[in-house]
Amino acid sequence: MWERLVDLWGTYESTLGYIGINGLLALSVYATLSCGQLALGNAGFAAIGAYAATLLTVKANLPFPAVLAAAALLPAAVAVPLGLPVLRLKGVFLAIATIGFGEVVRLGIVNWEYVNGAQGIVAIPRKSGVFTIWLFVAAALFLFGRLRGSKWGFALEAIREDEPAARTMGIPSGAYKLAMLALGAALAGLAGALEAHFTFMVAPNGFAFGRVVDMLVFAVVGGAQVFWGPALGAAFLTVLPELLRELAPLVGIEPGPLRLLVNGLVLLAVILFLPNGLASLPGRLRQRRLAREAA
Amino acid sequence: MGQQVINGLFLGSIYALFALGYTLVFGVLDILNLAHAAVFMLASFVALALVGGAHLPILAALPLAAVVAGLIGLLLDRVAFRPLRARADSNISGLISSLALATVFEAVALQVWGPNVSRFPLGTVPEGRPIPLLGAEVSRLQLVTVGVAVLLFVSLTWLVRSTRLGRELRAVAESPRAARILGVDVDRAIAAAFFISSALGGAAGVLFGLAYNAIAPDMGRSVELKGLAVIILGGMGSMPGAVLAGFALGLFEVFVVATFGASWRDAVSFAALFLVLVLRPRGLLGAAALREA
Repeated sequence: MWERLVDLWGTYESTLGYIGINGLLALSVYATLSCGQLALGNAGFAAIGAYAATLLTVKANLPFPAVLAAAALLPAAVAVPLGLPVLRLKGVFLAIATIGFGEVVRLGIVNWEYVNGAQGIVAIPRKSGVFTIWLFVAAALFLFGRLRGSKWGFALEAIREDEPAARTMGIPSGAYKLAMLALGAALAGLAGALEAHFTFMVAPNGFAFGRVVDMLVFAVVGGAQVFWGPALGAAFLTVLPELLRELAPLVGIEPGPLRLLVNGLVLLAVILFLPNGLASLPGRLRQRRLAREAA
Repeated sequence: MGQQVINGLFLGSIYALFALGYTLVFGVLDILNLAHAAVFMLASFVALALVGGAHLPILAALPLAAVVAGLIGLLLDRVAFRPLRARADSNISGLISSLALATVFEAVALQVWGPNVSRFPLGTVPEGRPIPLLGAEVSRLQLVTVGVAVLLFVSLTWLVRSTRLGRELRAVAESPRAARILGVDVDRAIAAAFFISSALGGAAGVLFGLAYNAIAPDMGRSVELKGLAVIILGGMGSMPGAVLAGFALGLFEVFVVATFGASWRDAVSFAALFLVLVLRPRGLLGAAALREA
């Protein structure tokens, strides 16, 4: 019995860890989405956090809590001077500018010989585990949960629904947007650091455009209207490939394409039929039942 | 030096073609079609199938592949964009649904053609002696590519400026509601924009596949962000801007590679993109628009 449990843990430990890491990353995108801003620089922030943490561990041998604090604070500190000019941009333009930022960070690392360029750094001591990672997810969820219904939370909602109106009401929308960008950057940096100390390695390829697209997809599939939606989406889309791997031989499609196909179809189905994500599914079903009962 | 300019113009003409389709849809709909790069990739595979499987000459396969790409564009509009058009956040939900279809397209290509690089059969582009020009050499492929690109720019400019469809597209870009009231079939005009845009992207894909003689399911990645850079630099929605910025990026990259080495190529492009968005958000030729608060 005990051996079987150890076995199971060995098989699924990495999946469990990634549910948490992806959850943090999805929440980092949610931070800016919650005030209606589509900022997609989070792969860059995660890279900054991951590399800062790795260097502090490997070169300076700092204790892990200090490393994590630095991995959260440094990206947040970068987010402020980035956000001041960039947050003036709207909608898709903000998305593109921040994608540009993320790519510049990644390509800067590729060209930085001190950190081995494209090859990345390996043999990082393992300091984070499933428990640590989930602890941070819980803390982030708690924080976002507390925001809801607070003065701060209402301000974010007002900015998301109608920014000029919110400003007219005296809400300093620029400051709120900047704060959320910095918060998202801190979460992404933290996720990057936790990942580096979970998988023993970092490489710039892990922070390419596709990574931030994944984060956005987690948030959208889970639902970005409520704070726990992105974490739900991350969990769902992290577990799904594991299930598909078993299923692939049965349908006669290779696991790689099958994973992409299902991811694409899930995303399409959600955006077309369930615009507020999986998190809105229970509410929708209840409404439908009530409507049927009333009829 | 002369050779670098020629190589840069060659690369630039492909970027410009790709970006022209991108910017057409953006100009009309204000939507970023993130599946544009996937259509670019699929068209390249279609051309490969036509040349390798059906033994068509490349000059017949190129337009056929572009038409197939155009049809994929119609599908894209029907599945990913039209159902969302009435929504208030259609420019962000459209971005996401196009991303979803891009993922599906990549899955299809991976399943059908496998993850490895495919190549056109030998002799697809007739080998001939390069043509000397101003102390440098131009290959036939380069000449044909730049020629096709210029031909397509000119036809598209004519189409948008002087035809009924072009007038309708400009009206829809201005205001879909007003266009509808004035009797424009908005859905049809948008479908046409998608057809043209995707056909241009497809042509760019075939030419890119020929240029590097390498076709792979992830080949779109290398251009999708550069295409964004080009339409931002040129001013979003501005077609002459996209063409100009496409050529500029091609030249710029060739010179960065020659001066600093290949690994700096993309970093410099994105840094330029980023700076333009921060300093001059409307791009080089773009009209002032509501991009800032």
